[in-house]
Amino acid sequence: MTTGNRATDDRAAGERATVDGGLSVDELASTLAARLTDAGHAWLTNAVNAVGGSADAIDQLFPAVRRHCGHGPLLASTSPAPGPGLRGWTVDEAARVLLLTVLPITGDTLVGTVARLYERGDAAERRAVLRALPLLDVGPDTVAIVRDALRTNDATLVAAALGPYAARHLDDASWRQAVLKCVFLGVRLVEVADLTRRADEELVRMLVAFADERIAAGRDVPPDVLDVVESFQP
Amino acid sequence: MRIFDPHIHMTSRTTDDYEAMYAAGVRALVEPAFWLGQPRTSIGSFVDYFDGLLGWEPFRAAQFGIAHHCTIALNPKEANDPRCKPVLDLLPRYLVKDRVVAVGEIGFDSMTSDEERAFATQLALAVEHDLPVLVHTPHRDKAAGTLRSLEIIGASGIAPERVVLDHLNEVTVGLVAGTGCWMGFSIYPDTKMDPDRMVRILTEYGTEQMLVNSAADWGRSDPLRTRATGEAMLAAGFDADDVETLLWRNPVTFYGQSGRLEIDGLDASGTADSDSDTAAPAPAADALFAGNSVLRGVR
Repeated sequence: MTTGNRATDDRAAGERATVDGGLSVDELASTLAARLTDAGHAWLTNAVNAVGGSADAIDQLFPAVRRHCGHGPLLASTSPAPGPGLRGWTVDEAARVLLLTVLPITGDTLVGTVARLYERGDAAERRAVLRALPLLDVGPDTVAIVRDALRTNDATLVAAALGPYAARHLDDASWRQAVLKCVFLGVRLVEVADLTRRADEELVRMLVAFADERIAAGRDVPPDVLDVVESFQP
Repeated sequence: MRIFDPHIHMTSRTTDDYEAMYAAGVRALVEPAFWLGQPRTSIGSFVDYFDGLLGWEPFRAAQFGIAHHCTIALNPKEANDPRCKPVLDLLPRYLVKDRVVAVGEIGFDSMTSDEERAFATQLALAVEHDLPVLVHTPHRDKAAGTLRSLEIIGASGIAPERVVLDHLNEVTVGLVAGTGCWMGFSIYPDTKMDPDRMVRILTEYGTEQMLVNSAADWGRSDPLRTRATGEAMLAAGFDADDVETLLWRNPVTFYGQSGRLEIDGLDASGTADSDSDTAAPAPAADALFAGNSVLRGVR
């Protein structure tokens, strides 16, 4: 079994503002702006200013985002291109992530606030916190949030948990289990950030074993599982 | 027939129920917070219960093509337990959540002073959070409990059209009719209230401000009693539009006062009115929350 943790060895200064796939807060904000109504835009502008001025304001504003900004898909049409970025995001997730990125706090205070918003959030709020993690200066200190989401059987939470933050910070054994859990829950593996780079021999062994079980049972093997196995290069 | 069950405790029900409800035409529902049969002994039990009403249960419902909403409150029975009273302090953080479409169930169980205090406190929270209220009328001494509930509601200053008094029957419906409050009826498989008696009440009082629910939970109950009531209405001469008013438009109007119903994008086709064999096909497995279809499509 592979040991060590590839996730933490390559985090460079200045990386915070973008996630894998080149997403930045600016890109997020401009994409979101195109999807908001005038009233939604005005509400969010006020909310961003309020949270930027005082971190405490987020507790009341965070739950109300969806009612004011909407909850449809963030992208006008689904992009055929696989991979992470903004694909699969909703408008409310993007707006909530934007609020988290303007919190005027750092270090343990920021980690504590993010953890509280997750813990007290409904499923949509929790997805937004998970989406935000790679854009926040929290290092590996919020990985417990990812682990909590991965313990659920809510496919939307599991998918949101396996973004670029998990690719970078989740230990190998947990990450492999999470990928396999996606297979069992029916979550498309294209939802898993950085899958090709992080896939290792042990994950491939587990996926092959899964495929063997399915074949023995006379059941289909999802094609994206075979794709991962076939494209793996040690 | 398109059905919105305004009161059903899905936490206690199986996926078979979700499938049968979808096939019967149920496309949306409200799950009120209530007691669980087994008394809770700590605040943490309530936190996990409320979080489930906002997390796991809506996800489960969405897999079957049904929009799940909830109401949040400290229920009357547990309002008497000193271990549970601090739940009142937790409520504000839940009453700001999406899909929380009312404060409830509140009201009376044994007509104690503790119940009355929790009732009044939570009516004030409803006013503060601009939410409707679901009032449980007691099973024992129902008429007296209904009258006392109306007094407390009146004293709270909440607009009566934002309140439903639930579990009414032939004796108590007349106490609520004309007050401006909505009238709720739970249709059970036993003697409390059945579809034919419900039809007689509708014949006398009409469908305005009327809500019919299954109140299905962990006890002997049937999540398809809403459908049975619709069929009994048609058999008694009501038309399809009357049924649509009672079983869909009314709950949408009542809970829509919260501004937090999420029923856009639903498959609103329902099922044929008279032939339950023409069940609607099960929804696609990736029919998850709008914009969040992360599933492969085949389970």
